[in-house]
Amino acid sequence: MVDHIELLRLIEKNARLTPEEIAVMLGAPADEVRAEIQKLTDDKIILGYTTEINWEKTYPDHVTAMIEVRITPVRNQGFDYISNILSQYDKVTACYLMSGGFDLLLIYEDDNLRDIASFVYEKVATMEGVLSTATHFILRKYKDNGIRFDVSKPDDRQAVVL
Amino acid sequence: MIDYESKISGVVKQVPPSAIRRFFDLASEMQGVISLSIGEPDFVTPWKIREVGINSLIDGYTHYSPNAGYTDSRKAIVSYISRRYGVDYDYKGEVLITVGGSEGLDLAARALINPGDEVIIVEPCFVAYKATVQFAHGVPVVISTKQENDFKLKAEELEAAITDKTKYLMLGYPNNPTGAVMTMEDLKPIRDVLLKHPEIIVLSDELYCELNYIDDKPASLICFPELRDRVVMVNGFSKSYAMTGFRIGYVVGPHELIAPMTKIHQYCIMSSPSTAQFALVEAAYNGDDCVREMRDEYNHRRRVILKGLEDAGLECFTPFGAFYAFPSIKSTGLSSEEFCERFLKEKLVAIVPGNAFGECGEGHVRISYAASMDNIKEAMKRLGEFTESLRKENKNA
Repeated sequence: MVDHIELLRLIEKNARLTPEEIAVMLGAPADEVRAEIQKLTDDKIILGYTTEINWEKTYPDHVTAMIEVRITPVRNQGFDYISNILSQYDKVTACYLMSGGFDLLLIYEDDNLRDIASFVYEKVATMEGVLSTATHFILRKYKDNGIRFDVSKPDDRQAVVL
Repeated sequence: MIDYESKISGVVKQVPPSAIRRFFDLASEMQGVISLSIGEPDFVTPWKIREVGINSLIDGYTHYSPNAGYTDSRKAIVSYISRRYGVDYDYKGEVLITVGGSEGLDLAARALINPGDEVIIVEPCFVAYKATVQFAHGVPVVISTKQENDFKLKAEELEAAITDKTKYLMLGYPNNPTGAVMTMEDLKPIRDVLLKHPEIIVLSDELYCELNYIDDKPASLICFPELRDRVVMVNGFSKSYAMTGFRIGYVVGPHELIAPMTKIHQYCIMSSPSTAQFALVEAAYNGDDCVREMRDEYNHRRRVILKGLEDAGLECFTPFGAFYAFPSIKSTGLSSEEFCERFLKEKLVAIVPGNAFGECGEGHVRISYAASMDNIKEAMKRLGEFTESLRKENKNA
């Protein structure tokens, strides 16, 4: 029996682990691991596999913005209607319903500031039900998805202490 | 010209330098070596524990603490033991905070041993057990545990080693270097032997108590109320909480045994590092989640190592504790040292010969999985290549 939480934790950290490798790590048969991954995928628990990239190092024009959006909920659909529309944009890489002073938080990634600006004032601000927006640009990423950027500590352990 | 040889204490001369160290002088001269030899966690101390230490410095706690340790730190330790072991100790008089677990071993030896007293040492074991006894003018009496018993101490072996000179039994489980664990069931026959010999003290080194992959709760002789008056537990935060560099540990036991140890500590150390004593409070109260996370990671690596050993054709009993595997290399026809030296030179992987941990460790090697998964996988691949080449060699011979 594969512990699916343990399995998910493993591939959340390293999506490139093969079912065979996971099987060894969990002490389970590879067939069962493969079947469990399939089931989790079918159940839309595993939604996809991505790569963490430090764009700053190779493509400095890459810009990430966080856009706060205040909206009026639509009758019968609450916040889902607008969030569904905003999520359709490919460059919106994340869309969250938030507690606190605003309703939706969008993460938007693009190649230049101008495009982001036009997305905000042409697409978001003009949408019916949107009350206001506030856009924050990410100046530098220090940590994303649990991975620290530009930190590599050498192994400073002594080869032998005793 | 002074004859320095004649000036050095006889017992110090009698203790050989650590065999691991001798082996590693060789490794240190080589480039690009993957090391599966290190006996300390590769994790950095969890941030929340470090942060408390840092804050204590910001707040100016830079002085000596009371000899036995800060009250809050000792309270944190007894609370941890009560929660994890279900055994209660009084923070006043039954706990002493030491400089790592190692100081506890030394203090016990010096506090208990009169010249000529025997101490039963269960090998293979941490290399300091024998040395601390010898430094204290004691006589180590070695029990060699066996692979067919999963390197556990058996009651009859203990019984046979006891004489009227036996002062204490030195026990270390989960075990370095074998990874063996003794469960409460395994400990019951040991308890029964000890009950027949009420004069024998037990020193139980449980530094790896949280790195146990079969049981959530640590197993210990302190959990038998009938032994409470004569078991001293040496423990600490180094291995379980990845706090080796903090140099912080503790001993707990009956006041009558902790008091003489405190006396020695008072004269020789004064007090354990204050910053580390602050940090341990956070570890003891709020460190369980960090330990669980590290233990899960070790457990994954443990299974990868065992699979790697199986693929390489090396027999290994399943270790359930610490972060070591102790496979047999007898099938290769090499001695432990030959195996490690050739593996190092030919495949650039450092592991430790089993005989460094006692004569009965001959024919085995210690592989530490306190290393990154990538390094472990690469080392296991090279191990497979190495054993394959040895098999070919043996065939052609």
